[in-house]
Amino acid sequence: MSADKKRRQALTLASLSGGAVAVAGVAGAFGMSLAPSRRTKGEGAPVEVSLAQVEPSKLRIVSWRRKPIWILKRTQEQIDSLQETADLADPDSENSEQPDYCRNATRSIKPEMFVAIGICTHLGCSPAAAFPQGFLCACHGSYFDMAGRVFAGSPAPTNLPIPEHYFTEHGTLVIGAAAEEASV
Amino acid sequence: MSKVSMKGLADWVEYRLPYRDFVRNHLTQYWAPKNFNFWYYFGSLALIVLVIQIVSGILLTMNYKPDAAKAFDSIEYIMRDVNFGWLIRYVHSTGASMFFVVIYLHMLRAMLYGSYRNPRELLWIIGMIIYVLLMAEAFMGYLLPWGQTSYWGAQVIVNLFATLPVIGEDVSVFIRGDYAISDVTLNRFFALHVVALPLLLLGLVFLHLAALHTHGSNNPDGIEIKLQKDESGKPKDGIAFHPYYTIKDSFGFVVFLAFFTPIVFFAPELNGYFLEFANFVPADALKTPEHIAPLWYFTPFYSILRAVPPFFNTQVWGVLAMGASIGVFFLLPWLDRSPVKSIRYKGVYTKIALVLFGISFIVLGVLGTLPPTDLRQILAQVFSVVYFAFFLLMPWYSKAEKCKPVPERVS
Repeated sequence: MSADKKRRQALTLASLSGGAVAVAGVAGAFGMSLAPSRRTKGEGAPVEVSLAQVEPSKLRIVSWRRKPIWILKRTQEQIDSLQETADLADPDSENSEQPDYCRNATRSIKPEMFVAIGICTHLGCSPAAAFPQGFLCACHGSYFDMAGRVFAGSPAPTNLPIPEHYFTEHGTLVIGAAAEEASV
Repeated sequence: MSKVSMKGLADWVEYRLPYRDFVRNHLTQYWAPKNFNFWYYFGSLALIVLVIQIVSGILLTMNYKPDAAKAFDSIEYIMRDVNFGWLIRYVHSTGASMFFVVIYLHMLRAMLYGSYRNPRELLWIIGMIIYVLLMAEAFMGYLLPWGQTSYWGAQVIVNLFATLPVIGEDVSVFIRGDYAISDVTLNRFFALHVVALPLLLLGLVFLHLAALHTHGSNNPDGIEIKLQKDESGKPKDGIAFHPYYTIKDSFGFVVFLAFFTPIVFFAPELNGYFLEFANFVPADALKTPEHIAPLWYFTPFYSILRAVPPFFNTQVWGVLAMGASIGVFFLLPWLDRSPVKSIRYKGVYTKIALVLFGISFIVLGVLGTLPPTDLRQILAQVFSVVYFAFFLLMPWYSKAEKCKPVPERVS
């Protein structure tokens, strides 16, 4: 191989790899600009809600991370209805998303106080309280019980997620953080 | 004197930028088959609708605000206070739906006459990429008015990506730039809708035409006219694109306007099919409207999505089926094994299959606009199977059937 050809090859290789590094670097930086910004992340901070106006059996909806968060004070009748688990797809919430302290029969810290993210696990519509003992997501027809557990045969694959939350001693509910984190 | 100088100027330009050469090669001596029929209007119509969308879109951008707090109001401002703002907006929204009407008929034409066959496979694939980008363009544009269907439609579509195993949730956050659809999402969809996708679309339309002009148009007989040339090298069955087809297409354009303008002036919502009623309510992140459905041009695929039940604790199968229902179009040039191109010479199997496919596309489309019930679910499943059978059985039925002999010259 002639010296000229070798030098040309070396030069081509050097400029191509230099260009590739530049393209990869810029693509990385520009790409990361699409991920949530610092301000957006900051807006995901926990929210505190007063429980003074929460009436039994009346669904209260608050916003956290722009998602509808349900707060429902269940009646005794509604708590009793959670015993019927025969038709549920995931009665023990094995495949569903919730903090460990809510992985129980009522999917809650206190049996009567149900807190959930009101976003269907199918494709993200918000269900509504549509039949006596549960919720219906009208977008694609998913049914959930009073603990947000999905009925078998619904398009939603898992139960409604439960966010991290805790109750404070002065009658408020904090959504987006667990009790032990807050005390730190 | 002035005539001489005009000629001199034209020659001067021609020497530096051979525009006359271009006009000759692509219009006045570009030989198109002489037997184009009704179906051949839709290519040029698609180009005209693209221009309508770009012009009306630029005017909308001058008054629209891509800000979650202001977007809905800025649309109302355009509708009420901007001079002829209502017209500009309704032309743009009607244009979006008419774009899909035209594109679907354009695609059906290719399927009728085998326009995707050798040597036009790439032409078809570029066209399919344009179609997919057009769906993205329409979807992102629909978020901009920031109404209830805008918001929850975007929520559902972005959540399709969240069903992907392992990476799904991160992918959907990355697309939104937020944990839910928000101002951030609106702003980036605006950038994509107004800058990125139109640029890509224009580039691809150029490639589509470049590929088309390489081998020339197919025709209703599916015969290559370049195989039969006279002494001068002109195809015997070819006529000059200009003036013959420029005149035919301008006639088609006026007929198109006769459909387009009454919708713009008298029924821009088209009873909820072109503009959905729930979208006249501002976006509310805490409440889904009672019934949401995508606009009509997405509903066949949406039906297929809903028809597939979840298993193994994931909904990804429906999403994959929906992706496949669009992706399978790309394979059409290789699924069709018929010795002939045009439906005119194909056998009875293909004709039955194409009719069944057309019925299933329409039935799925109608089902997609309706809330789900048990019966509709079963119907959607049956017609989804028919839809896929049309494509997946094509290698067999297109090969097995008895075709008619193809003449040498177009009829």
